[in-house]
Amino acid sequence: MNHLYHLVLAIVSTAWTTIAFADKPNKSFHVTIEIPKMNVSEYHRPYVASWIQDENRKAVANLAVWYQMKDSKEGAGTKWLPDLRQWWRRSGRSLEMPVDGVSGASRPAGKHSLSFALNDPRLADMPSGKYILFVEAAREVGGREVLEIAFEWPITKDFSTKVAGEEELGEVSLKLHPAE
Amino acid sequence: MNRYLVVTLLACLLTPVTGFAHKVWLRPSQTVLSGAEPWVTVDAAVSNDLFYFNHFPLSIENLQIVAPNGSLVEAQNQHKGKYRSVFDLPLQQRGTYRIAVVSDGVFASYEADGERRRWRGKAEDIATEIPSDATNLQVTENIMRVETFVTNGGPSTESLAPTGRGIELKPVTHPNDLYAGETAEFQLIVNGKPAADMKVAVIQGGTRYRNTQDETEVVTDADGKISITWNSPGMYWISTSTSDSDTSIPQATSRRLSYTATLEVLPQ
Repeated sequence: MNHLYHLVLAIVSTAWTTIAFADKPNKSFHVTIEIPKMNVSEYHRPYVASWIQDENRKAVANLAVWYQMKDSKEGAGTKWLPDLRQWWRRSGRSLEMPVDGVSGASRPAGKHSLSFALNDPRLADMPSGKYILFVEAAREVGGREVLEIAFEWPITKDFSTKVAGEEELGEVSLKLHPAE
Repeated sequence: MNRYLVVTLLACLLTPVTGFAHKVWLRPSQTVLSGAEPWVTVDAAVSNDLFYFNHFPLSIENLQIVAPNGSLVEAQNQHKGKYRSVFDLPLQQRGTYRIAVVSDGVFASYEADGERRRWRGKAEDIATEIPSDATNLQVTENIMRVETFVTNGGPSTESLAPTGRGIELKPVTHPNDLYAGETAEFQLIVNGKPAADMKVAVIQGGTRYRNTQDETEVVTDADGKISITWNSPGMYWISTSTSDSDTSIPQATSRRLSYTATLEVLPQ
């Protein structure tokens, strides 16, 4: 019973921190990624990548890569990273994994948020222009899906949009607030 | 009956080595890899159908594998079966491996003791293997390259540097960076020089499950370049051949060159 109490407390406080974190005014580039619940007999958490491409389809910023990081004979799950086909082509294949501040363990079903400050070097270095936010998910014995959200940089006014996946991704949203 | 058999056999023997082409091919288990030390396994076969081993194994005695840093590496677990040869390759380096079966030899026909004979072998063995009193000696130089490419991590080009012998494919588009709906460009070279007017056959694998070969032919331009648009993802077989008299062996009067590559086209 005591254990359960602690667990609930831990979850609530984690959730609270996440919300509080997202609300900080200097974190003005918000992405949410929903990993849908699957009713399947064999479920593995999907590999997910999120990155930004410019108009020439060049990847200019990696926001997140979630994959199986536990060590195995085959090298910490990196063997399956090319299944994130678009990300692998545009960025992954030229990276040395793990990447600080980008790679992380695969995540369970649910909504996950990513927040970045406008002066995050990955964003601050982007020349002004049109960009596309990509979110790609690939699941072992499952499928693959890519979602895109176009946006303009730098941010001049509030921007908020969302798209919905059909198979491997739920709702993906992008919210931008210009610097105060 | 006997005479008929002899005539048939002779006809078979006199047919140029690669005349009625069964297709030769290498087929890697995958071409885009990642991880600490990923392995690929490769089938090598001769068949009419792509890429099904149902006719003859391709000899892998003359396997030439160039690692990303340009060094030659050995295949593991080499095996010749009834219908295919197989080998494994651990990709210890990051970058692109060029995996090829290269046969570089001669084909000779001659008469000795009143009989017509044929011989295949290495150029340097001509003197010892063909009787000095042979008449009507005809020697053809034969250079065949059958290859494929696999990449661990990002594609690289060091291993793709031409050897300068026979027909080779010089990438404009990297051979492990091919995607459905896009157009790839390659240059074909013969002895290192751009080869114009070469007819190149392009066939997608999976022929067993369709009624036609669906072969497309592209022809190299003045710079030896071809463009291929990939309609759908899959393994593709591209092949070309030519002959000339630019031999490197004094006894040879003509030279036959052929080139085949297996390329994987990925979905978007």
